[in-house]
Amino acid sequence: MASLKEMRNRIASVKATRKITKAMQMVAAAKLRRAQDAATAARPYADRMDAVLASLASKIADKAGASPLLVGNGKDKVHLLVVMTAERGLCGGFNSNIAKLARQDAQKLIGMGKTVKIMTVGRKGADNLRRDLNKNIVERTDFQGVKQLTFDHAEGVANKVLAMFEAGEFDVATLYFSEFKSVIAQKPTALQLIPAKIPDTTDAPKGVATAIHEYEPGEEEVLGYLLTRNITTQIFRGLLENAASEQGSRMSAMDNATRNAGDMINKLTIKYNRQRQANITKELIEIISGAEAL
Amino acid sequence: MAGTFKFELVSPERVLLSVDAEQVVVPGSEGDFAVLAGHAPVISTLRPGVLDVTAAGGRRRLFVKSGFAEVDPERLTVLAQKAYDVDDMSPTVIADELKVAEAELASAADDQSRRMADTLVSELKRLSAKAA
Repeated sequence: MASLKEMRNRIASVKATRKITKAMQMVAAAKLRRAQDAATAARPYADRMDAVLASLASKIADKAGASPLLVGNGKDKVHLLVVMTAERGLCGGFNSNIAKLARQDAQKLIGMGKTVKIMTVGRKGADNLRRDLNKNIVERTDFQGVKQLTFDHAEGVANKVLAMFEAGEFDVATLYFSEFKSVIAQKPTALQLIPAKIPDTTDAPKGVATAIHEYEPGEEEVLGYLLTRNITTQIFRGLLENAASEQGSRMSAMDNATRNAGDMINKLTIKYNRQRQANITKELIEIISGAEAL
Repeated sequence: MAGTFKFELVSPERVLLSVDAEQVVVPGSEGDFAVLAGHAPVISTLRPGVLDVTAAGGRRRLFVKSGFAEVDPERLTVLAQKAYDVDDMSPTVIADELKVAEAELASAADDQSRRMADTLVSELKRLSAKAA
C-alpha cells in the first residue's frame, strides 16, 4: 500500500495534468474557430474554380491531346501519395488515422506490383510512415512554426508535385488529408489529384454550366492554366480542412483527457481518505489496547 | 446610366470584395477589357495589372497578380491569386513583391512564364514610381 504522502503527491500530479489538458482544450477550441473561419472563407474560390473547370473539362476531355493533368499520361505504374498531417501530436487519432489510410493504400498498391512514392506534408505523418515505408518517402515538407496557413504554403507543395509530374517521376497522384465534418467527426480522405477528378457538371451552380462562354486566349490555354491552379487549390483546401480537423480532434481528445483526470482524482481522493481513516483507527486501537494492557 | 452588375473579387483565402459595380476594367492576358452590365459571357485569364472598379461608392483600383475572370451578363467574378488595394500598397510591399517578381523572371523556364513575370515586374515598377 502506498503511503499517504505518496498518494498526496499523486493526486497533486493528476490535478496538474488536468489543468494542462483543460488549457489545451480551450486553446484548441479558440484555434478551431479560426481554422473553421479560414476554411469557410476559402470555399468560394474553390467552388468557383470547380464550376468553371467542370464546364470547361466536359467540352475538352474527349479531344485528343488534352492536358495530361486532366486525362493522365496513359500509365498507371508509379503512384505518388501526398500525405498531409499535423505538426504536433496530442490530438487523438487524427494523425494515425490519416497515416493508416495512406499505409493501407500504399500496401495495396505495392501488392499489385506498382511503385509507390510518398510525399509527406507535416511532421507527424512522416514520423508515422517512416517506420515501415521509409524507403518510399521521396520528399517531406514541414510547416513547423507556421501560424496561419496561406496560399503560398500550398503553392510550394503544388510546385513540387507538378515538377515531379513533369519530370515523369509518377503517373498518378493522390492526396491524403482529413475532411472536417464536424468537431467530433473527421474523416480521413483520399482525393485523386492527377489525373484530375472533375466534379459533376450537374451540381455546379446554375448560370455557369448553362452559359456559353468565350475563352481568352483559348479553351486549351485557359484549361491548362486552371488545371495547374486547381492542384494548388485542392492542396490548399486539404491543408485548411486538415487544420480544422486537427484542432477539432485535439479538442475532443483533451476534453476526454480532462474528464478522465477528474475521475481519477475522485477515485484517488476516496482511496486517500479511506487510508487516512484506517490509519487513524489503527492508531486509536493501538492506544486503547496499550492502555488496557496496563 | 447603365445598370449595375455583381462584381466579386475572390482570393484563395477569402472573398475580398463583393459590390454592385457599374464598370470594371479587367487586365486580360490578351489585353484590357471593360465589363459593363450585360457583357457577353467570357472566361479570360489575367495578366498582372490593375483592376479599375467603378461602383456607386466611387472608384477603386486593385492590383491583381495572375488569375482569371469569369463574365456573365449579370455577374463578374475575378479569381485572383493575390490582390491588393492600390491605395493600401506601401512602397515596402511593392518592393517586396518586386523582389519576388524579379526572382521569378530570372528563373522563368519558358516564354509564357517569362512574359508573365516581365509584365509583373514592369507593372510593379510603374506602381512604385507612382507611389514615390
